Amino acid sequence: MDHSAHGHSHGHVDAAGASHGSYTSYAIGFVLSVILTAAAFWAVMSHAMSPGATVTTIVILAIVQVFVHLYYFLHLNFSSEQRWNITAFAFAGIVVLIVIGGSLWIIHNMTDRMMPQMQQSLPGLQEQQG
Amino acid sequence: MPTDAVAAHGGHDHHHDHAQEQLANKVFGFWLYLMTDCILFATAFAGVAVNRHSYAGGPTGKDIFELNGVIIETACLLFSSVTYGFAMLAAHRNNKSQVMLWLGITFLFGLGFIGFEVKEFMHLVADGNGPERSAFLSSFFLLVATHGCHVTAGLLWMATLMFQMGVMGKPLNTTYMSRLTCLSLFWHFLDIVWICVFTVVYLMGVI
Repeated sequence: MDHSAHGHSHGHVDAAGASHGSYTSYAIGFVLSVILTAAAFWAVMSHAMSPGATVTTIVILAIVQVFVHLYYFLHLNFSSEQRWNITAFAFAGIVVLIVIGGSLWIIHNMTDRMMPQMQQSLPGLQEQQG
Repeated sequence: MPTDAVAAHGGHDHHHDHAQEQLANKVFGFWLYLMTDCILFATAFAGVAVNRHSYAGGPTGKDIFELNGVIIETACLLFSSVTYGFAMLAAHRNNKSQVMLWLGITFLFGLGFIGFEVKEFMHLVADGNGPERSAFLSSFFLLVATHGCHVTAGLLWMATLMFQMGVMGKPLNTTYMSRLTCLSLFWHFLDIVWICVFTVVYLMGVI
């Protein structure tokens, strides 16, 4: 479990569940990140696609880039040494989805159920206050 | 391996294993903290998502976001992630002067990021588009400033480590390896949060 027993191979994992990585792995992660980031900004700034398709594209690019960072920079993987890191990460992911998805769902329903006159009077009310 | 940072300072084998286990526990504990921090950011993202159209007659994302500045900020954080990775590689080779060099470069990139963010905030507030203008801007400032505060905390932590190792001459022993490792997790984590920020806040804001 210690450094000297394992040496310094690529993607080596120590007792801390944290791998060292190598210059190569950081370079690969960097190049992939630059490509994914540039693609996301290009998709938005070029107006090449419809708004709906652009949103879908940049969300997919962001999710892929998050995993690229987790793998190449944080050296997170599915080895047994990191089982609890992955478990905590998965649990946090579930909570994040519930918090964001639940908020959107509740507020969307609330907006839908507001009486039309309330929705119309709100902007006027804010202008009076402002 | 004689060049190994921890092995070089670990001494007796039993002591060495014990130190390794402590390091593992510290890093895992810090990982758990990061996961709770993830949930903190999720609540701020939920606010941004819910208030994405609550302009209150004020400016929309299209009116106020300048993507060129966001590209520079993104580049600063991405470069700093890689240079911090190089600092960790140097630390595992027990090369303290290189660790200091890469930490210094990482610090400058982080400072550049904060500089551009503060400039953007001051510009928005000067134009009357501060957090009090609309719910959209309140949640924007809450999320982006929370991330900025984290980066600032990371910079203070980095400066402290550089001072302790550079000026006070602390060695690259297990204690400092665990501090460097925790900060590396923190720093890479903030870069991941930034991917979500530029996608959800800025890019979706201008579509």
